[in-house]
Amino acid sequence: MDAAAPLLEVEDLEVEFRTRHGTARVLDGVALSLQPGRTLGIVGESGCGKSMTALSIMRLVPVPPGRIGAGAVRLKGEDLLQASEKRMREVRGKDISMIFQEPMTSLNPVYSIGDQIAETVRLHEGLSRRDSLDRAIEMLKAVHIPAAERRVREFPHQMSGGMRQRVMIAMALACRPSVLIADEPTTALDVTVQAQVFDLLKEMQEKTGTAIILISHDMGAIAEMADRVMVMYAGRIVEEAATDEILENPRHPYTRGLIACVPHMEEEPPPERGALTEIPGVVPALTDLGSGCSFAPRCDHATDLCRSRAPRPFAVGADHRAACWLYDEAGAA
Amino acid sequence: MLLLAVVVFNFILLSLVPGDIADTLAGESGGASQEVMDDIRRTYGLDRPFHIQLATYVGKVVQGDLGTSYYFNLPVTELILGRIAPTLLLVVTALVLAILIGTLFGVIASRRPNGLFSHFVTVLALVGFAAPVFWTAFLLIVLFVAMLEIMPLSGLVDPTTPRGTLTWYLDVLHHLFLPVLSLSSIYLASYSRLARASMMDVLGSDYIRTARAKGLGETSVTYKHALRNAVIPVITIAGLQFSHIFSGAVVVETVFTWPGLGTLAFESILRGDTPTIMGILFFSAMIVIVVNLLTDLAYRLVDPRIRSARNA
Repeated sequence: MDAAAPLLEVEDLEVEFRTRHGTARVLDGVALSLQPGRTLGIVGESGCGKSMTALSIMRLVPVPPGRIGAGAVRLKGEDLLQASEKRMREVRGKDISMIFQEPMTSLNPVYSIGDQIAETVRLHEGLSRRDSLDRAIEMLKAVHIPAAERRVREFPHQMSGGMRQRVMIAMALACRPSVLIADEPTTALDVTVQAQVFDLLKEMQEKTGTAIILISHDMGAIAEMADRVMVMYAGRIVEEAATDEILENPRHPYTRGLIACVPHMEEEPPPERGALTEIPGVVPALTDLGSGCSFAPRCDHATDLCRSRAPRPFAVGADHRAACWLYDEAGAA
Repeated sequence: MLLLAVVVFNFILLSLVPGDIADTLAGESGGASQEVMDDIRRTYGLDRPFHIQLATYVGKVVQGDLGTSYYFNLPVTELILGRIAPTLLLVVTALVLAILIGTLFGVIASRRPNGLFSHFVTVLALVGFAAPVFWTAFLLIVLFVAMLEIMPLSGLVDPTTPRGTLTWYLDVLHHLFLPVLSLSSIYLASYSRLARASMMDVLGSDYIRTARAKGLGETSVTYKHALRNAVIPVITIAGLQFSHIFSGAVVVETVFTWPGLGTLAFESILRGDTPTIMGILFFSAMIVIVVNLLTDLAYRLVDPRIRSARNA
């Protein structure tokens, strides 16, 4: 782990949702730490808590039915979970920004994109209408939108999905936030456009020094973008390591499954890769997680211990942890 | 073209109604001989074949002549223009109030969908839908006129007040209160219900999450980002319901003897004053068309997607 103080630190985050079927613990003991200018990837299937982690950091979890039960979210040392709502409004969009999965619906259809970018700048930096619109044009140019001076007056419906996601990125970065949370930013886009958006994110990161939390279910995307990867399953972190380490040496059976699911376009795949596989079963309902490892029902290696007690993270390498009983060297402790 | 169809349809419909002006005049003068009745019918051209009557009428309407009222013996156009102002005052005030207050109620209710106010809006909507206008009007009369004695019972203005003075205007407003309240109650109910549903829908959308993630406060999120999207269906319904509220006005005007088109229409029907009825129907049709046009313009103002669709 880097010696520098982390920019954003999440500790032992717990989030619960009250539902008709009982209380669902959607996040359980989530911890992460993000260094300035770095990229952290969060991977997992739908419903594993990736987006909920992001919303919790922004404190945008709908309350009720949601409730942030425990933990801390420290931005430069300040615990955001203890901050006032007024303080959070200052943080959102200025210190921590977010872009979402659906560029087609994430922009307000009745305002021009220029107005929507300028609004953030006016709100956080108190610029005049004119200056904030100039900033909007500047940001549109930065995200390579052609004819920015004209397009700034256009409305979301006049743009393609890829363009809209660029607008979202421009809007998120307009106030030079120190953290950008990108929640599945390319899932709704064409493959070619996906690559463009990733290139843009990298480029903007180099320019502005923003740290990125990239949320994705796509191991390939994470491999390309992230310095460090966190794998989540059923609201918990099951494995965490540097990107290269996790790709070359995945330890948790779930991570291995995820990596095996990525199709490869190679004429002669190495024999050890084998056929494209899938992880059997689905993510369990969060309302009836037993006391054991939540992955146990889908795991080939599950033992009685897995089914009765949840594993804590074990160190499995240099700065590499996996929450799996397979790596409990001290035996069942 | 549409208006022409309206004119022809109205004419056919009214010619099916039994009784005519001769019957009315005979009734009012206490009986008349068949000869006199035939004479009256000849005067008004009612003895001619149906298709000739129709063609004559349509020909006149095309030239802007709505005919002459049998009863008042005045040009129908003049009669309508003299009565249009009170009706527009009543209808427009009621509609504007219903939209503004209804939308506001809906917005407040949508902020807390399970709160007390939200339930109040639901009940209000139910009562508003269920209660007929004339019933509401009578209840309001019982409360404000008979019990509290703070509102005038009927008419546009106290005839003793000098016309054109400030007191005169205030007196009109005083007289306007109950009719507007009765007429707007149903629409208030439906708009608040509609605005509530529309707002709740919009508040759950992705761009509202984006607005919150930008650091906007709830007030900006609600009134700037959500409301402008949520009023689009309200505008649609308001445009469609304008003709509705016009027919509601007939009832309300009659109850409060408000000297507008509604009262005129009601009385003309009783009198069998066919040209006046047809004139009013023609006029209402025109107003509905104009309002639809205004609705479209309002759309363009609110929703940029429509602006560019039309330009493209």
